[in-house]
Amino acid sequence: MIKENLYAISALFDTPDSIMKAADNISTEYKRFDVNTPYPVHGMDDAMKLTPSRIGYFTISIGLFCMSFMLYFMYWSNSVDYPQVIGGKPFFAFPAYVPIMFEITILTGAVLSVAMMISVLFKFPNNAHPLHDSGYMKAVSSDKYGIYVEAKDSNFDYSKLEKQFKELGASSVSPIYYDEEEVDWKPNTWDPKFVIGTIGIAILTSFSVYMHMNKVLFMVPFDWMMNQERADYGETSEFFADGYSMRVAPVGTIARGFIPYQYDSPDSASKYMTNPTVASEHNLELGQRKFLTYCSPCHGNMAEGASRLKGNMPPGPDLRTEFYQNFTDGRFYHTITKGKGIMAGYESQITREERWAIINYIRTLQKAFGTPVVKTEEEIAENSETKTEASE
Amino acid sequence: MGASITVEYVKKALPSGLIKWSSIGLIVGLALVIFSATMDMQRLAFSSLLGYMFVMSIAMGALFFIALDHITGSIWSTPFRRIAEILTNAIWLAPIMAAPILYNIFLEMGGHGMFDMYHWTHDAVVAADPFLSQKAPYLNESSFIFRTVLIWVLMIIFKFILVGNSYKQDKTFNHKTNKVNAAFSAIFMAVFAVSITLTAIDFMMSLEPHWFSTIFGIYYFAGTFACIVAMITLIAVNFNEKGLMIEGINKDHYYSLGGWMFAFTTFWMYIAFSQFMLIWYANIPEETFWYMPRMEGTWAYLSIALIFIKFLVPFGLSIQRPSKTNPKRLKLVAMWIIGAHIYDIWWVSYPTYSHLKETHSPFFGWQELGFVLFAISAVFFVFAIAAKNKNIVPIGDAKMERAINFHL
Repeated sequence: MIKENLYAISALFDTPDSIMKAADNISTEYKRFDVNTPYPVHGMDDAMKLTPSRIGYFTISIGLFCMSFMLYFMYWSNSVDYPQVIGGKPFFAFPAYVPIMFEITILTGAVLSVAMMISVLFKFPNNAHPLHDSGYMKAVSSDKYGIYVEAKDSNFDYSKLEKQFKELGASSVSPIYYDEEEVDWKPNTWDPKFVIGTIGIAILTSFSVYMHMNKVLFMVPFDWMMNQERADYGETSEFFADGYSMRVAPVGTIARGFIPYQYDSPDSASKYMTNPTVASEHNLELGQRKFLTYCSPCHGNMAEGASRLKGNMPPGPDLRTEFYQNFTDGRFYHTITKGKGIMAGYESQITREERWAIINYIRTLQKAFGTPVVKTEEEIAENSETKTEASE
Repeated sequence: MGASITVEYVKKALPSGLIKWSSIGLIVGLALVIFSATMDMQRLAFSSLLGYMFVMSIAMGALFFIALDHITGSIWSTPFRRIAEILTNAIWLAPIMAAPILYNIFLEMGGHGMFDMYHWTHDAVVAADPFLSQKAPYLNESSFIFRTVLIWVLMIIFKFILVGNSYKQDKTFNHKTNKVNAAFSAIFMAVFAVSITLTAIDFMMSLEPHWFSTIFGIYYFAGTFACIVAMITLIAVNFNEKGLMIEGINKDHYYSLGGWMFAFTTFWMYIAFSQFMLIWYANIPEETFWYMPRMEGTWAYLSIALIFIKFLVPFGLSIQRPSKTNPKRLKLVAMWIIGAHIYDIWWVSYPTYSHLKETHSPFFGWQELGFVLFAISAVFFVFAIAAKNKNIVPIGDAKMERAINFHL
């Protein structure tokens, strides 16, 4: 035996005018009531004395929040994490972001408002409501105009309301019952229908995605992105006289940001190059990091020449000795760039700035551990002269 | 079919301030215009461009509003349609506003222009420029004048048909008039689309005859419609507060007017940004050069100000639901949008004047203010004269009864 509780009293009306009158009348006395009509009736908000909805504020806040997040994300991905020049535009190409910001505002505002409505107001996953499957709902979703007052309303009185509805011209008045079991009903995740349905959708989706990605895209009208009227690398060109599809860059062209290394001997490098960096804390940290990565396997962690290679390669020399203290920065630079003897050049592994940082770091190690170089007074004088010249 | 009176309406005298202030504005404006004409005809022609484009916005926009009301059978807009119908009289002002420009172009036909305004009017320049010689079959003095006059004539013809029928309906109460007007409105829509595009292209875009922008006609239209709805709102809200409109105009009517202003403020930004972004992205010199002077020096600040004036401020002022039903806010937004539309026209046309003066600084002085004052006052003056013996609402319209019972 199902225990039935009274949910509401409902009344059906035949015309939009009568439902307006009823809503106007009922709204003066009752709070927990609602109107159901087959289509939106103009002026119903006023008749029901509804205050303007505040959902707009929620939607705009969530939309603007997501928009700012999107703006930050585009800024971060395009100008911080992976800056790339696209079409000669700046990294932070604001005009190009505007359409995305606009779309994101609308999309998130709309979707999250609906999601919030379903989860907060409708108490998802509960999908039962006492009005479901009632004669009242059938009538108002075809051709009748319905109004109901919930039994929870503080002024609720069945017989009084019945009389009131009749006076307002209701064509029928009926109670709506519900059983607790039905309202408390929760969907079962392992319901065979649900499981089979989910698996069915998964299979269908996988199949269509597979067909699309592997078959359809390679069929004739849809493969226009893949087979384009353009030359691939290594292809013979019928257009250019020399037969090459890949064009040779004009003489003297260099890649963006690339500066060629122009010294061919340690002496010229030593003569013409000076260290452009300052041995700052940051610079030395960089130098240490790169030294430990690239130099220390052969030269040792402290540049002492103690190799970790255990005889597989001849150990690098101790870089702290007087011989190396007398090396100019330019000579060091040339050695790192081009290599020396068995040492390979590190031009492609270590950037220019990092090379200078390593040299600064080696100098620091020399000052800390190396044999002090006794300079003659003339040399000191000469040094100070060049310094004053430089400062001038 | 029901040829009967369905609504109660009593015609009341117009507020005395309307004719008084508009005639004062007209006299002061006219004095400034004449004074500036004695000083610098070139500057007068440029400032008359502000007046002409504004007046055409009112005249053509009002006709568009009327046609939209007929063709869609809108209920809410019917009480305001008569205001638009009276505003169509602004078309009579168009020849006055365009006089300095057309006179100069007329003189250019003989090769002796008084001043330099439209680059393509100089035959020697056109002959030396392959670009302009290609465009010459369209862009020449005689066809320019022909098109301008043709557009006026077309507008006047449709004004007589659509507005004249509506006036007649006030006496006959014949509901069939609505159907006749709806049919003519459909024809008018096509005429309007071409006319407003050509007006925008001829008068504003051809200031830079090398420039391409296919969206420019819609750009002007977006501003036009925002401007005419703002004008109707301004008049309707004021009249309704003084009881000149019909009984039954409620906040839902206001909401619809506010909604149009809000919508077309946003639509203008959408179009303006589309134009900018496509040109910015494609980065083709033939297109970008139009934006270059607008992004340099003082003009850069004025361009940023345009976004605020034409979009952000009216958008912010009317985004909330209650602000669209608040008469005070509606009047403020309406006046703001009318001003913003003139600012927009100025922003489009005046960089060319700066260019002709070989400077990057903008020009805005009493000459421009005088002409704008002259144009706005003239529109109100013509409105006041025309509205004197007319009903302020189309009482004979078949939709009127439903219109005053309109609810959202």
